[in-house]
Amino acid sequence: MSVRTGVFICHCGTNIGGIVNVPEVVEYARTLPNVAFTEGNLYTCSEDGLSSIRKNIKEHDLNRVVVASCTPRTHEILFRQNCELAGLNKYLFEFVNLREHCSWVHMDAHDDATLKAKDLVRMGIAKVSLLTPQEDLSTDVIRACLIIGGGISGLSASLTLANQGYHVALIEKNDRLGGLLKDINRVFPSNEPSSHLLDPLINSSSKHQNIDVYLEAELTDVKGFIGDFTVTLSQDSKTKELKVGTIIVSTGAQELKPAGSFGYDRFDNVMTQLEFEQRFKSDFDGLNRVVMINCVGARMEERKYCGRFCCITGIKNAVLLKEANPGAEISILQRDIMACGKVFEDYYRTALEMGIRFIRYNVDRPPDITGSDNVADKVRVYHELMGRDIEIDVDAVLLTTPLIPGEDNQQLSRIMKIPVGNDGYFLEAHQKLRPVEFPSDGIFLAGCARYPTDISECISQGYAAATKAAIPMARGLVITDAFTCEVDPSRCSACGRCVEICPFGAIDWADWRDMKGETGSVAMVNPTECKGCGLCSSSCLSSAITLKGFTDEEILAMVNTV
Amino acid sequence: MTRKAALVIGGGIAGIQASIDLANMGIQVYLVEKNPSIGGRMAQLDKTFPTNDCAMCILAPKMIECANHENIRLLTYSELDELTGDAGRFKAKITKKARFIEEDKCVGCGECAEKCPTKVNDDFNAGLGKRKAIYKFFPQAVPSTYVIDPDYCRTLNGKKCGVCEKICKAKAVNYEQKDEVLTIEIGAVILASGFDLYNVAPLTEYGWGKIKNVLTAMQFERMICASGPTGGHLKRPSDDKEPERLAFIQCVGSRDIRHKRYCSAVCCMHATKEAILAHEHCPGLSSTIFYMDMRAVGKGFQEYVQRAKDQYAVEYIRARPGRVTENEENQNPVIHYEDTVNREFRAEEFDMVILSQALVPAESNRSIAEKLNIGLDEFGFVSNPQGMANPFGTSRAGVFGCGFCQSPMDVPDSVVRASAAASKVAEVLASA
Ligand SMILES: Cc1cc2nc3c(=O)[nH]c(=O)nc-3n(C[C@H](O)[C@H](O)[C@H](O)COP(=O)(O)OP(=O)(O)OC[C@H]3O[C@@H](n4cnc5c(N)ncnc54)[C@H](O)[C@@H]3O)c2cc1C
Ligand SMILES: Cc1cc2nc3c(=O)[nH]c(=O)nc-3n(C[C@H](O)[C@H](O)[C@H](O)COP(=O)(O)OP(=O)(O)OC[C@H]3O[C@@H](n4cnc5c(N)ncnc54)[C@H](O)[C@@H]3O)c2cc1C
Repeated sequence: MSVRTGVFICHCGTNIGGIVNVPEVVEYARTLPNVAFTEGNLYTCSEDGLSSIRKNIKEHDLNRVVVASCTPRTHEILFRQNCELAGLNKYLFEFVNLREHCSWVHMDAHDDATLKAKDLVRMGIAKVSLLTPQEDLSTDVIRACLIIGGGISGLSASLTLANQGYHVALIEKNDRLGGLLKDINRVFPSNEPSSHLLDPLINSSSKHQNIDVYLEAELTDVKGFIGDFTVTLSQDSKTKELKVGTIIVSTGAQELKPAGSFGYDRFDNVMTQLEFEQRFKSDFDGLNRVVMINCVGARMEERKYCGRFCCITGIKNAVLLKEANPGAEISILQRDIMACGKVFEDYYRTALEMGIRFIRYNVDRPPDITGSDNVADKVRVYHELMGRDIEIDVDAVLLTTPLIPGEDNQQLSRIMKIPVGNDGYFLEAHQKLRPVEFPSDGIFLAGCARYPTDISECISQGYAAATKAAIPMARGLVITDAFTCEVDPSRCSACGRCVEICPFGAIDWADWRDMKGETGSVAMVNPTECKGCGLCSSSCLSSAITLKGFTDEEILAMVNTV
Repeated sequence: MTRKAALVIGGGIAGIQASIDLANMGIQVYLVEKNPSIGGRMAQLDKTFPTNDCAMCILAPKMIECANHENIRLLTYSELDELTGDAGRFKAKITKKARFIEEDKCVGCGECAEKCPTKVNDDFNAGLGKRKAIYKFFPQAVPSTYVIDPDYCRTLNGKKCGVCEKICKAKAVNYEQKDEVLTIEIGAVILASGFDLYNVAPLTEYGWGKIKNVLTAMQFERMICASGPTGGHLKRPSDDKEPERLAFIQCVGSRDIRHKRYCSAVCCMHATKEAILAHEHCPGLSSTIFYMDMRAVGKGFQEYVQRAKDQYAVEYIRARPGRVTENEENQNPVIHYEDTVNREFRAEEFDMVILSQALVPAESNRSIAEKLNIGLDEFGFVSNPQGMANPFGTSRAGVFGCGFCQSPMDVPDSVVRASAAASKVAEVLASA
């Protein structure tokens, strides 16, 4: 059957159309070999664009489709599914990235960008002719989830999954569940004791028939893939293997201890907010004059991020102090008060109304703490509004520090091959739309392991990650992409480079008998674990590995046309 | 018997995400949206902080996934009339308003709108442009079906016209179409009715509506958006000139006891984004953002603000301007403010001023809350009597809230809440 290719070129609003001359590229594509139909669309991904693709597949008997638009990262699945709806095997589709490989990087060179767009489209058309139909792979999903970390995020995820009927293995490296929250005194915005929130969760998860809690347990290895992970734990110096279908990482974070700043190491009465909450639960005797310094170790060169809720933690402790001792003088030295949303502005206003002083300081003129022996007694700060230094006598100084990434993040990242961002927190698949997912399928993320978040947000993320984990478990089946690698055993020299290089652990040794009847070991790819990255095929010295959808022939066809 | 089905009210990003998650869990979803298309506010945005992803580019695939999902029934241009029963066994009555267009016939060619003689202010473009009385909600609308606005259509108001019926080759126009009432059975409900924009006209000190070159942030988003009324060209309403100096005023109506006490939570970031995007549109342009506290608290937000300062000529001044006047010679708005660092009053002229208006709960929340029999807080957001332990709860069992209708929040937070509410629904359906 002759190849009949349809080419759809997207303006992407002005993202492409404002730079590349799309009508010219459309006309050009029409002249290329095997092209039976071409069209430009304002947004190919809109329902108008998609239905036009479907209509033209039928009307023009198209058996290959090229879409030249934004990026396969967000849109490839959509266009493939659309081809499928029109009865075309979805792997007979090729994506040309005109936005990120062309218009966005050549914003100032319209003519050249148009030339390059033509080259890219020609390459795509050359490749698509050689593609062959493929079938998806499917695997069964074990209806159990591993949850790592028993703080409020992990507890929330565990309970909802268990209530939905899935089995949960909750592992906690500490000897108690609860995480950070068990060391916290009262919680904003309700100011109730943290045990009110935590105890019911700990009790029900300890008793729940669908939850196995492993305390003082450590994760040592994870093998497998979505639907079928084999997890190794060590507990009491014994190892244990579990089989689960999905994994949620909720390992939390820790409070920054600001060694070396603001007399933290020198004075006994200079402490962090968490240390204060542990030291003073309800008896605030002797704390008549307290200064809090915000943004200690945050929003600075070494640590750029904002701790998100630390302003509110400070306000909480100030309010608790003031409620217990209305005569207390409390000053909060701050840079911006992050009281976002519906509740916290009122919380902040209450503090103002109670007479808690908020003084803005400038990072370039940080406060200075002095004292004698190991007791701080004075804070000096440049008051921006008054335009001069002021001095405040103190009984204690609380340093408001941000959370910092959990100490096991790097190790967990290696074990599960999940990414960590520049700031040391785990990195989600997409910041806007996939905040609780990892790029690797079947592994999800919740709570302070992702970024500092308060309790409501941790609970929300725990539930959200549970939803994402429930989806494959509810279906009982996962479908994986057919574009994976394949080893030709007759060419494999068993050098082992691919086994080492595969970031997903998808390649293993297998026995093989060659034509002469001799047996030996060769490399073999497990298609359900393979993500189709192509590292193995490009590093194979014997050209024994092929990545489907990116064969040498297909790539060379693209190269030969430029 | 529990129905393995759920009702989602509101088709913004929160409602869309909740629907997709539920549907992917194998639950039948009815997604009810009062507008002619799903998409919500995100569909109006140009790009989104802090990644500057084009909003439509990441939203459109989700809208289409909703439309094509075998477990989702889209009920656009529809509203809930009543909800009876209890968690696990609710019955909902829904009115599907007449579009006066046969959905299965309309091919979305747009010839009708081209010929329609009646022009109407375009709400989707925040009032900046005009649409016709027969219209598509926005270019990428899902479904892409047109709709006739019964308030303005000449024929429907007894005047002579009938142009669209004559022009439509697909014979999709039907002036006789009636509202349809559906009854559905569901086990649980998610409310995701989002937000509206606070009317800033009463804040006369800022001159919106009087001074031409003072716009709201949503108007500005539409102006810089490729599918907006100016085709993505940034120009001053007074003389169509490209501006060189922009000012943004934060907390217009928010954090203000005369208006809304609360913080609208997304404006510090969207103003920063808009200033960055404006600079990308007009490379010589600089912006000044007048703010009270720079609330950049999400992942990557501080870095975003720093980039705005370093690479996009954005200056931040801590001040709450008292007044905006107009220089009558050049129509430049003039901002009067107190420079708190140097302790002096100043008046500074800009080419355009953008007001970050307060964001308020959807106007329809009052009536929808009554029909759902759930409580609202004093501002009109969905209230949550169970407190922190159940951040998705409402005062009625089996009814959950997510997204901006609960409290001001950005897209990632709305998406998290939406997925979270889906788990709550799954629990109800599993247990009842
Ligand atoms: C001083 C202070 C005051 C606060 N006050 C409030 C407040 O008033 N209101 C509020 O809403 N929020 C408050 N917060 C924030 C709140 O504490 C957090 O939002 C919440 O506790 C984080 O929960 P989490 O489950 O994400 O993480 P965590 O609580 O950190 O829990 C993570 C758990 O994972 C375990 N873990 C880590 N690594 C591993 C591993 N490799 N294997 C197994 N287990 C592992 C840890 O031991 C821990 O138990 C406060 C925070 C601080 C620091
Ligand atoms: C100017 C501006 C710029 C912004 N920029 C960004 C940004 O860059 N990044 C970011 O993360 N966030 C941004 N935001 C915030 C973002 O718009 C919101 O976080 C998001 O839209 C909230 O989604 P939602 O689904 O909860 O609500 P909405 O988007 O408001 O959707 C609610 C939907 O429910 C429908 N509805 C309402 N009532 C009913 C009813 N009774 N029956 C049926 N349907 C109903 C509405 O028609 C609407 O479609 C910005 C906001 C503004 C104002």
